[in-house]
Amino acid sequence: MLSLGSGGAKSTKPSFVSYVTPEEIKSEKDPPKQEKHPDLLPGEVEFCSANPILKYTQDDLSQRGVFGTLFCTNFRVTFISDEKPQEKTDKTFKNKLYGENDIPLMCVDHIYGVYDEKRKLITGGLVKNKYPSKMIIHCKDLRVFQFSLTFSKEEDAKKIFQGIAHHCLEEKSLKCVFAFSYMGTPSPEMQWKQETVMFDSPEDWTQEMKRTKANCRLVTENENFELSQRLPKYFVIPLTIGDLFSYQGKGLPIWCWSHYSGCALFKASFPPVTQEDGDFQKHLDTMINAVAHNHLYSVKTEDLSESLPNIQDIQQSYNKFKQFFLIENSTDFWLSDVKWFSSLESSGWLDIIRQCLQKAVEVVECLEKDNTNVLITEEEGTDLCCVISSLAQIMLDPYYRTLMGFQSLVQKEWVAGCHAFLDRCNHLHQKDKEYHSPVFLLFLECVWQLVHQHSPAFQFSETYLTVLSDSVHVPVFSTFLFNSSHHRESVMKAESPLAQSGPLSCPTVWDWSVQFDSKAQNFFFNPLYLEKVKHDRAVRKPHKPKHQRNLSLPSTAFKTPPKKGFFKDETDSLKKMLRVKRLSRWRGSPDAPTATTREFFESWQHRPLDYHGLLLPCLDGPAVHIWMQRYLRWIPEVYILGGGSVAVMTKLMELLSQVQDLKRVLEQRDSSQAAKLDHRPYFQHRLLSFDSSGRLSSSFPFAYTCYRSFKPIIPTGLMQSLMVTDSLASQEDEASSVVSFV
Amino acid sequence: MSLVEVEEANPVMASAPIAPYNSSPLGNSSSPNASRESLKMEPLADVAMLPGEERVIDKDIIYICPFNAAVKGKVFITNYRLYFKNTDSEMPVTLDVPLGVISRVEKMGGASSRGENSYGLEITCKQLFAFLSQEKYEENGWNVYEAMEEYRRQGVPNSEWRVTFINKNYELCDTYPTILVVPYKATDEDLKRVATFRSRCRIPVLSWFHKENHAVIMRCSQPLVGMSGKRNKDDERYLDLIREANGTTKLTIYDARPNVNAVANKATGGGYEGDDAYQNAELVFLDIHNIHVMRESLKKLKDIVYPNVEESHWLSSLESTHWLEHIKLVLSGAIQVADKVSSGSSVVVHCSDGWDRTAQLTSLAMLMLDSYYRTLRGFQVLLEKEWIGFGHKFASRIGHGDKNHADQDRSPIFVQFIDCVWQMTKQFPTAFEFNERLLVVILDHLYSCRFGTFLYNCESARESNNVRAKTVSLWSSVNSDTSLYINPFYTPESSRVLYPVASMRHLELWVTYYIRWNPRIQHQQQSPVEQRYKELLVLRDQYLKKLEELQLSDSAPSSTHLTNSSTPNAATPNQRITHLQTPF
Repeated sequence: MLSLGSGGAKSTKPSFVSYVTPEEIKSEKDPPKQEKHPDLLPGEVEFCSANPILKYTQDDLSQRGVFGTLFCTNFRVTFISDEKPQEKTDKTFKNKLYGENDIPLMCVDHIYGVYDEKRKLITGGLVKNKYPSKMIIHCKDLRVFQFSLTFSKEEDAKKIFQGIAHHCLEEKSLKCVFAFSYMGTPSPEMQWKQETVMFDSPEDWTQEMKRTKANCRLVTENENFELSQRLPKYFVIPLTIGDLFSYQGKGLPIWCWSHYSGCALFKASFPPVTQEDGDFQKHLDTMINAVAHNHLYSVKTEDLSESLPNIQDIQQSYNKFKQFFLIENSTDFWLSDVKWFSSLESSGWLDIIRQCLQKAVEVVECLEKDNTNVLITEEEGTDLCCVISSLAQIMLDPYYRTLMGFQSLVQKEWVAGCHAFLDRCNHLHQKDKEYHSPVFLLFLECVWQLVHQHSPAFQFSETYLTVLSDSVHVPVFSTFLFNSSHHRESVMKAESPLAQSGPLSCPTVWDWSVQFDSKAQNFFFNPLYLEKVKHDRAVRKPHKPKHQRNLSLPSTAFKTPPKKGFFKDETDSLKKMLRVKRLSRWRGSPDAPTATTREFFESWQHRPLDYHGLLLPCLDGPAVHIWMQRYLRWIPEVYILGGGSVAVMTKLMELLSQVQDLKRVLEQRDSSQAAKLDHRPYFQHRLLSFDSSGRLSSSFPFAYTCYRSFKPIIPTGLMQSLMVTDSLASQEDEASSVVSFV
Repeated sequence: MSLVEVEEANPVMASAPIAPYNSSPLGNSSSPNASRESLKMEPLADVAMLPGEERVIDKDIIYICPFNAAVKGKVFITNYRLYFKNTDSEMPVTLDVPLGVISRVEKMGGASSRGENSYGLEITCKQLFAFLSQEKYEENGWNVYEAMEEYRRQGVPNSEWRVTFINKNYELCDTYPTILVVPYKATDEDLKRVATFRSRCRIPVLSWFHKENHAVIMRCSQPLVGMSGKRNKDDERYLDLIREANGTTKLTIYDARPNVNAVANKATGGGYEGDDAYQNAELVFLDIHNIHVMRESLKKLKDIVYPNVEESHWLSSLESTHWLEHIKLVLSGAIQVADKVSSGSSVVVHCSDGWDRTAQLTSLAMLMLDSYYRTLRGFQVLLEKEWIGFGHKFASRIGHGDKNHADQDRSPIFVQFIDCVWQMTKQFPTAFEFNERLLVVILDHLYSCRFGTFLYNCESARESNNVRAKTVSLWSSVNSDTSLYINPFYTPESSRVLYPVASMRHLELWVTYYIRWNPRIQHQQQSPVEQRYKELLVLRDQYLKKLEELQLSDSAPSSTHLTNSSTPNAATPNQRITHLQTPF
């Protein structure tokens, strides 16, 4: 019986259920045997619960755990311990929407059931009458939960298991997503709104064109999605395109960004390459010519679907990769430690990251060094095009390395740019696997590599990226819920008020106050960020290009012969341009592009590093790392107590606050001089309040291990890997006792 | 015109030491690199030479750079180094290699037949430069370590442990130092009898004493059990005395070797402490492989990073070298030793002869247990004591100055140890007073022959060659400018035991050492965090000074100076700040 979880219950509005307010819970806490209830969010409805459930402690092999109650609501699966909550250290980095024992339904990745010692993957259909003795939940943010169902009443256990399985695994409709029930009060006049450019109005685009000195045309004809439902509401195209309406806007070069030299980056959707349609080819040629016209009649095109892994490859690779971090116990951990590097490599995930960054560098090279227009294409134009164009922009434009700039970029390229978040993230648990792919995560991974290599160039921290990657699976934000602008508008309109309840309150993820208080938000800022040199102080810097990008690489500095093979030179002269016939496939040996890009990288590297100029990643094997914070944060075996980069950051922050205090004292003394106001007002309270008294673990701020003993973790199964089979291993140490050694 | 390629050595991986000198144009720096700064040598047209250095040859040649094309230039050879500087091209290429690091010179027929019909010939320095060097430093680094002083610091001698001078003429054991600490109840006669049962007479002696729980780390060589399973009552009783000293119920003997190797050693007269003979002891094998395996492992590592960094399958290539796995084993062995001792049980550590793996384990465990060894000076003491004093065979393992040295005696055991220390500093960036540069400099001079510190196999040999008098200690150089080696983040925590995480998840290849010469791998002279931290320190001092001035002017001119701020890093040059903008 699944009455508890059927659609009817879900669409019910909160008024139907008596839900307990936080105040009520507090008053009920005193009677000892009182059943506990989770603090429900506005709009959250409890479906079912079971008690007692044993939640296994993760860092323990002895299968111990904590007893408590397991709940399933329309927002999350949550566990509430029976034990009195320990005097927790005041957790500064706390998510207001969900805690360490909450799993937002969207965040559930897989559920395993243990039946008679056998572990089975639970799929929607498997849930009939049986329920497992143990339920293991793997989360998309890589947490692992293990619950024993054997202690509660059979009926309760069955109910909770079926409820969770149903809500987390069964295909559902978009309107059942919690965001549509969430009644959170929107925060008033929020700072994000003022600074994050949403790209949902013609003004935003005009402003962006102005900022980058683009000479293109804003298209408003799609305001009502009459042109295409797959295109943004507003977008920008080359000046010379007249015909918008043929082929439903397919092949239209969408402007992404303009280089100060005048050349620009465009992206376009193309039909599958096999389609041989003479007319369409002609259409494409016109489009390419239009791009070429943008600047100096030169354009290079690149079909990303041919040179990069497709979305299924990305999905498969990530599925393999993430398994290495979903660790259920110590034995598994040490077993997987043995072949760690080759396992990572076999997933191919790091290689995909490398390929994407490589491609972005190639795009950057065309813009920065050759000053040619670039048109990147793929079938839909909203997956890898988004990855590559956003990465190229981050490398070229320091504005996108600020927090607000980065958020605006995500809005521009991904949200307004019609990346199919809903399908790619599979928020609705559709069975059709073809459309799922962690493309956005891939992008964040690439950004992380840049942040890791050039930390002072970024205003945001890796914690910010980690939180953003988690937020994709928090079903509260409108940002990641739709497949396109059209989709968003139509759903929002349809879901819109039953008159009285007012406009749908579905916050954007950029309203960070929904998840974190301002103290916690401080963790988003990178204390190493070198802010732009202000003009009054920049004595050494002479002239700068008008908008914020400096020429760390004057184009004259490069006089390399024209490349062959890669990035097909569609036209490098007007003459040639007129003869452009069609986009041909990318030919030539695969080594050629890397060789010239390598040269490009090296000449960049030989110049002094300017964190506000061009930024390129090093892509050599040892330079590409794993996003440790995201992937290892829940694994107790790798916690370094009192160590890791947190230790250094803590010191830095302490000194920073000391310096700021001193400065304030000096300023106060200076008040007679009409002390000028700090031009960075919010840096004052940006101090991370690291808890310097207690020892933090390397997984800070995500997992706390204050109560772990100081016992070291001693690896097990050490010898299994070292199969030193040659004769060396059995030799004596000293040569004297070796009879013959050659 | 002859083409010469200096290739690094396989056994000792001299490619790493070559590295810094093979400086390629990086940034705008005109000085070749960081590690050379300590040597105060500017790559002038005419080479600035060290005191005592003499020029032997100079000639125009072409250097085939593995990273760029051939480079024309001039080569100088002195009695200390080979120096190359290019004459054309705007990109400066310099090569500055102490002869000590050159292990092989290959003569080649021509560029086309490179490597094909080349033949190798060994050069060894006829006279080690260290003996010719006349560098002068304020401090005499040979005085950094005084055995008695160090034992007294640990709290020895006491009622359980005594100092013996039985080895003052190296009569008990020629590879041990003169001052040894043994159980109070063991007589010198006992020691002599025990020596007959331990390989090369390296009897169990005290390395470290836990002040609170009185547990000890003892080091020794394997017992001479042999095929027949010999027993020695004196040895058994001696180990029991060690156990009794602090009332440990079961003495733990850590045999660094893999079990099978320990068994195999019986064939050559060695072996391990059997259950029957040593009933109050428990034997644990730590599965660390021998010097030959380590040598091959590092050689494989060299192959994947030199001349080009293996690209397509970097991670699996790295794994196939097993280098990090060996590091993991050594570290986890040391963790077990440290854990046992801090829980109050005494331990005995040995391998075969007790000068390779044993030194790694004891010194790493001591580094984990005793915060003194994490200071700049303490670390020098640790090396002097556990490595130099107790006879790690530096000469054999590196192969210096010995025309007939056997290749199979070479092994990067000390490099591996320093790598382990580096891994620890990575995991605990605030726990060590010294920085990465110190570790690199130590390894550079392990090969350079400029200092006498790492010459010879043991104290007795050093004494007979008068090393202390005739050569300069590396610590003289290091301690004459400590600011170069200070970690600004150091936070002393005296009672803290450091347990690194010995998991592949955290172990990394020490890129800034092994691949530092590769221009494609990015080098940051200073990590951004460190740079920012130092800027802030300067800024803080500026503010403090300003405040001080203001207060002075407030409280009328007074001669008293306000207490100056404590700056761990006053040496930060002011120019540093100019090109970086701090957010204030």
